Amino acid sequence: MPFCAAPRNSTPMPLKHRQADFAQALLNPDIPVPQGVVDPNGAPAPKRFAVYRNNVTVSLIEAMATAFPVIQKIVGAEFFAAMARDFVRAHPPTSPLLMFYGEAFPDFLRGFTPVAHLAYLPEVAQLELYRRQAYHAADDEPLPDNFLGATAPEDLANLSVVFHPSLRLLEATYPALSLWEWNNASNEANRPALPEHGEAILIARPELTVEMHRLPPGSIQFLTVLAEGAPLGAAAEAGATNPQFDLATCISSLLESRIAISYCLVGAQQ
Amino acid sequence: MSEQHFSTPADIPARAGAGLKACHYENILENAPDIGWFEIHAENYMGDGGPPHHALKQIRDRYPISCHGVGLSIGSEQPLDQDHLARLKTVCTRYAPGLFSEHLAWSTHDTGFLNDLLPVPYTEETVSRVAEHIDQVQNYLGRPMLLENPSTYVAFDESDMNEIEFLRQIVERTGCGLLLDVNNVHVSANNQHYSAEGYLDEFPVEVVGEIHLGGHAEDEDDDGAPLLIDAHDREVADLVWSLYENLIARIGPRPTLIEWDNDVPDWQTLFKDVERADAVLRSAAKQHSHAA
Repeated sequence: MPFCAAPRNSTPMPLKHRQADFAQALLNPDIPVPQGVVDPNGAPAPKRFAVYRNNVTVSLIEAMATAFPVIQKIVGAEFFAAMARDFVRAHPPTSPLLMFYGEAFPDFLRGFTPVAHLAYLPEVAQLELYRRQAYHAADDEPLPDNFLGATAPEDLANLSVVFHPSLRLLEATYPALSLWEWNNASNEANRPALPEHGEAILIARPELTVEMHRLPPGSIQFLTVLAEGAPLGAAAEAGATNPQFDLATCISSLLESRIAISYCLVGAQQ
Repeated sequence: MSEQHFSTPADIPARAGAGLKACHYENILENAPDIGWFEIHAENYMGDGGPPHHALKQIRDRYPISCHGVGLSIGSEQPLDQDHLARLKTVCTRYAPGLFSEHLAWSTHDTGFLNDLLPVPYTEETVSRVAEHIDQVQNYLGRPMLLENPSTYVAFDESDMNEIEFLRQIVERTGCGLLLDVNNVHVSANNQHYSAEGYLDEFPVEVVGEIHLGGHAEDEDDDGAPLLIDAHDREVADLVWSLYENLIARIGPRPTLIEWDNDVPDWQTLFKDVERADAVLRSAAKQHSHAA
């Protein structure tokens, strides 16, 4: 034949077994190269097989670096690559949509002892994950920030709001947003002071840019209940479980972040 | 969900196009470069919304788009992922691409998504499996697809036919077209020790609907001989250009894509390869019209 090695005489390995062996050996460097994976002369070819091993692992490490740039910045590129290598072997992607890969990373970081001293990392990773989800979420048009003006004050308790599909909420025990900003500051002068307390963070993309807002006390509970479809009165009760909750402040923060896309009045509660 | 619908697929002209990269959106929309078409990776537009769709909609308003899948795993022994097929259909409905193509490769297994284009053994069993999958894709999407020849680094003991024979059987059974990646031909010919020219001479060029050109890297095999890697991280190599020029002179102009997916350069650098391919296509168009 002009361009291909001659056919070989051997018992054909079923495709099913071939791919099972191949896949297992790809992600586990301790497993030897599968039998029958050869060079054009029919000789075993571990270096050639290593190209596939390398492609899979390195491309997934790169996907992780793209997905978690702040974590990479905090721990350094070299350390990040080694840590991501452990992660991709333990949690290979389950879908070809790599834009959403890494959901298990915050939990992985919680259990990864070499970064145990950086206890804020999982929350910063969660923030990066939510930013990415918000970026790719469905589009919708936010209501103008004065949309509540049409509702009589006595009806407010019965107002139910639909939020933008990009909305994500993060109650962080560390100042995750300030840490994110600190690491993205263009120069030292622009670095924010890092507070001693945690931060409640709203992540959303009302138009084309992902925005993040610090929320007032009780607002996460307030917004979570609203997002479930309950009316504002019930949401205010949920918020008030936090003693520092102030309804007016939470409503103005909701308006400012432009996350409402529609609203209606539900039947008055008994 | 706010989906854009383009009612008719835009024909992909027999000119050079470029793989669409997010870092070039702004430049393309501001400067409207003179380019025949763009190709998207379907998976990059499988999110529900956001800036990628916003940009692509505007680009699709101005240029024909073709759609290239990288994650369907047509070469899998296991069934195709029905959710992924549905996502592909959504992308095709949203943007009505002029062409749809996928790879002769697999990337999904029980172990998850392996994020590489893995090779298949060339056997009757694989022909049947791949043909079934292509039938399924073409029926589900309601359109013919192009299948791309792979870059390979290993061979399999059980293979009992060569790549051309394999591709011919697939075309015969499914009626699909082929996407001829000339860089892959060069890479595989080097790695599998056969002649790239010989391969191209036997390739069923009558069903080639699109051509790909990309850059490759060089490594070493187990014997220290050069092993070429399909890296898509640099200019198209001179040897690949000459294979391409000879091919186009022989078969006439076909839509030709410049692929540059890693270490993506500025637009001007990428556009140089686009212009070079366009020049080859123009001169072949002249020759072929004289000959006619």
